[in-house]
Parts: sequence; structure tokens; C-alpha cells
Amino acid sequence: MTSLPRKSSRRKLGLVIDLDICVACQACAVNCKEWNTSGHSAPLTDLNPYGKGQNGVWYNRIHSFEAVDEKTGDSQTINFPKSCLHCEDAPCVTVCPTGASYKREEDGIVLVNGDICIGCKLCSWACPYGAREYDETEGVMKKCTLCVDKIYNETLSPSSRVPACVSTCPVGARHFGDLGDPHSEVTRLVEARGGFALMPEQGTLPVNRYLPPRPKQHQKPKDQTPRMLEHKDDSSDGAGLLARWVDKVLSA
Amino acid sequence: MHPAKSVIFFTTGSGAGYGMLAWLAILALMGYQPADSTYGLFAFGIAFGLVGGGLLSSTFHLGHPERAWRAMSQWRSSWLSREGVAAIATFGPTGLYALAWIFLNENQSLAGGIGLIGALMSLITVYCTSMIYGSLKTIPAWFTKWTRVAYLVFAMMTGAVLLWFLSVLFNLPEAATIARLSMFFLALGFIVKIIYWRAVDNAPATSTAESATGLGKLGKIRLIESPHSEDNYLLKEMGFRIARKHAGKLRIIALVLGFVIPFLAICAALYGLPQFQLLFAGFAVVTGIVGIVTERWLFFAEAKHVVTLYYGESRI
Ligand code: SF4
Ligand code: SF4
Ligand code: SF4
Repeated sequence: MTSLPRKSSRRKLGLVIDLDICVACQACAVNCKEWNTSGHSAPLTDLNPYGKGQNGVWYNRIHSFEAVDEKTGDSQTINFPKSCLHCEDAPCVTVCPTGASYKREEDGIVLVNGDICIGCKLCSWACPYGAREYDETEGVMKKCTLCVDKIYNETLSPSSRVPACVSTCPVGARHFGDLGDPHSEVTRLVEARGGFALMPEQGTLPVNRYLPPRPKQHQKPKDQTPRMLEHKDDSSDGAGLLARWVDKVLSA
Repeated sequence: MHPAKSVIFFTTGSGAGYGMLAWLAILALMGYQPADSTYGLFAFGIAFGLVGGGLLSSTFHLGHPERAWRAMSQWRSSWLSREGVAAIATFGPTGLYALAWIFLNENQSLAGGIGLIGALMSLITVYCTSMIYGSLKTIPAWFTKWTRVAYLVFAMMTGAVLLWFLSVLFNLPEAATIARLSMFFLALGFIVKIIYWRAVDNAPATSTAESATGLGKLGKIRLIESPHSEDNYLLKEMGFRIARKHAGKLRIIALVLGFVIPFLAICAALYGLPQFQLLFAGFAVVTGIVGIVTERWLFFAEAKHVVTLYYGESRI
């Protein structure tokens, strides 16, 4: 059923992504692919993987942005992983004509049922975040499953029951938990760090949150710009006697 | 947005077909259509051909066309689903009307009533089609009331021009009335398209790279590294760029071929050289088709999706 659950779920499982420490190593993207290519929406097809124009389905992509302070000219690099935000008012779900896209009532995870998806792609048009990728070989839509087959997997040790991208991140930039619980670790983390949602103006009410980069600790005072090499291309002021004589001869 | 041929044919073709179905009933009730079998066969044949062909072509771009029937199930939330339901339901009254017209030579009174229901449902179907696009907040160029207005007006306009061609072909005495009707809708369509473009061009940005990343506080946001070196599905589908540079010229081509020339052709047939009116009618139809296909192609190709903010666009 592609109507959203009438009451929004009490549990809101999602990710909290720390933009302060992500180093864009791509480990989460790779492990996501690794887990999910044999998971709920398997396979994550790759076309022409070793040639030119390779094309494949990924649930998680890492962008890198630069923020330039227009007053000071200072810039800062921010690595930006992006996967499905498991929105509460998920437009990808309501546009789906078949009922293949749905939001789970019990935990808010947004999934695609590949057995009834007709591959109309409308859901990918409705998602503002580019979280859905079409599988050309299977003719169905695919997306981040929040590793639904891992987080509830009782054959795994309790500490492993987190999404693949979370457990693999070498710097701990990805956190997983219940954002509907005001006392959960992730909720407190979001509060402490001023976590935010992406494109709130789109009205999708994302569950996932992003933590902003922390203010720089050791920022140099404004007037203390780093020492730059001075080029003196037009004048020989301050040069030695010989150099000034050569300059004179050559400029003649 | 990637302008898929199947979707362009679907929206233009089914639009014209539904427009014809609507006009057939409305004009018949007003006494401007003969309850003639051969004429009915041609008129409904073309209309149903366009509607059916359009619907069929819309299933070609599906990953699983054999599952298309499933698209009827989610009418509570999905405009695409509503469109499917409306399209199938519309075959009921319009089909009955066609049978009454062709076999019983009856297109008024009770049959006319059924026809009018069919006309209304045809327009509802066109409205649902327009809302598939018009309800997507992610594509600000579509998320405007002018999308709905344009789809409805263009359906009536193309339907009227086709019907005028047919009425000239059959030498109907009412051809002149249908010609004037077509001219009115061509002028209306021209104005609506210009208003649509103005509204879209002057709309303030819905989202920006700053809101997409939530990092506006730090300064101006610029993409410095894309997640992938080759175009992925998102860029192929949502990041269509090829013809934007010709958009200005193509808009003029769409306006001239789709609206101005058919308008002038009808003018010439009515007030200039009536002996050549069939030629003018054929000409109006052919240029009209090229024009409206260009218009629809632009509707897709020019529309930007907010996901491209993650790929280097700064405001949409
Ligand atoms: S991020 Fe996109 S795919 Fe995921 S729930 Fe939100 S709208 Fe749907
Ligand atoms: S592509 Fe599949 S999941 Fe997406 S809207 Fe169409 S039927 Fe639903
Ligand atoms: S939660 Fe799982 S499916 Fe989603 S991005 Fe992380 S690893 Fe991939």
C-alpha cells in the first residue's frame, strides 16, 4: 500500500552522518554494495564494470563539497555521504502506482518490493535526494534498505546488527539508531551537535540527520595570513650587484 | 529530465485523442456533428487509436510492462495510478457512445448523455496525466498550476484541430464552426504556453545547493568531487542537459509550428482560399504535430530536478 502509514511510526530508524569527520574514503559505499548485492533487493547490478561508461546500482554515494565564506574567502571541504533518508512524508512512496514502494509501520524503513515494481521510475522522480537507482537488467527500482536484513538478523552477534555502512566506517562518521526515541543515543547526538535535515523545504520530513562540521579550533587570526612567496618580476630591487647588472643588460 | 519518446507520444497522443472524444460529444449535443456511420468510424477510430496507442506506448518504458495492470491499485495516493484507472474507466462511456453513433446513428439524447459523461471522464483523465507531473515538488518547472492548465488546453486544442481536419475531409457544413473553435483554442494554447514559460522562468529558486547540503551557514556551496566518474542512472534520467542550449530556438519553433502556423492555415482556409481547405487542414495537422511534440519535448528536457543540486547545480 503506497499510502503512508496513518500514524507516523513511533520508531524511526535512521542514520546520523557526521560531516565533521567523514574523510570520503568510500568504505561505507563499498561495504553497502558488498552487503546488499546479496541482500533484500539483490543484486546490485553493474553494467560494463571494467570498461568505459560503467554503470551500476549503488545505495550510498559520497560527494565532496567546498564551502566558501564569501566575506573572508576562506574555504572548507566537506565530504558528504548520501543514502536514503527514510523520510516520514516520503513522496517516493505516495507516487508509486503499484504498491511496490512502502514505508514500514513498525520502524519507518522505506522499501521496494521488487516482485511487483513495474519499473515506471516515478518514485525516483519524486525523491529530492537521488536515493533511488533503477536496475536496468532487472527492470525494477532499488534503494537503501537500511540493511533491514542485517539489523534484525538474529544469526549475527548483537553488536553486528547495524547497517553495513555504519559498522564499516573507519572514523565512526555514521551512527544508527531510533530517531523517534527522545532518549536514544542518536537523538541526543543530534541535539548536542545541532544535527539538521536536508532540503526541509521539500516537505519530506527526512528521518536521517546530518551533523555539521565543528567550528575550527585553531583558526588563525584574520590579519595573520600565511607567509607567501613574493615574486618580483618587474623590478630588481633588493637583488645583488651581479643580478642587477644582468637585469640591466637583458632589459636593454 | 530525460525526454523519453514513449512518454512524449503518450502525453501528446492520448491528449489529442481525449480532446477529440470530448469535442465529439460536446459538438454532437450542440448539433454540429452528423450521426453518420462512416464519419463516426473515422472519428472514433482516430481518437481511440491515439488514446490506445498513447497508453500502450506509455507501458513501453516500463521495466516490467507485463505487470502494468498493478498500476491501477494505488489510486488513493498516486496520480499515475489514478490516471490508469481513469483511462480504463473512460473506455466505458466513450466506447458505448461510439457504438451508438456508428451502429445506431444516434449521437444525441440518451446516447449524447453517455457521450457527455465520456467527455467529462476524458478530461478528468487528461487532468490526472497532468498531475503525474504537476504533483512533483522536486521538479519546480512542473510543480505549477500552469502544467494542469496547459495539458487540458492542449488536449482540447489538438483534438479540435484533428476534428476540423476530419470535418473538412467529410465536407461537413459545420466545418467552419469547428475551424473557429480550433482557432480560439490555438490562440488560448499560445497564451497559456507563454504564461507557463514566464511563470517557470521567473519563479524564485525552490532549493539551492546550500539547502540541499544544509551547509549554507558555512558559505557558498560548490561541488568539488562527484561520487562517480561516469554518469549514473540519476544523471541520465534527471540530469538531462543536451538541448538546453537550443531551448530558446526550440521554444520559438514550438510556438510557430504548434500554434501560429495551424492558426494561419485555418484562417486561410476560412477566409482566403476555401477551395484549398483540405490542403490547409492537412498542413495544420502536420505542423501542429511537429510543434506539439517539440513543446512536449521541451517540457521534459528543460525541466530541472533538485537532485542535480548534488551534482553541481547551485539553484533550482
Ligand atoms: S530519501 Fe528519497 S527514497 Fe528515501 S524515503 Fe526520502 S524520498 Fe524516499
Ligand atoms: S518504479 Fe516501482 S517502486 Fe518506483 S514508483 Fe514505479 S512501481 Fe513504484
Ligand atoms: S543502511 Fe545499508 S543499504 Fe543503506 S546505505 Fe547503509 S549499508 Fe547501504
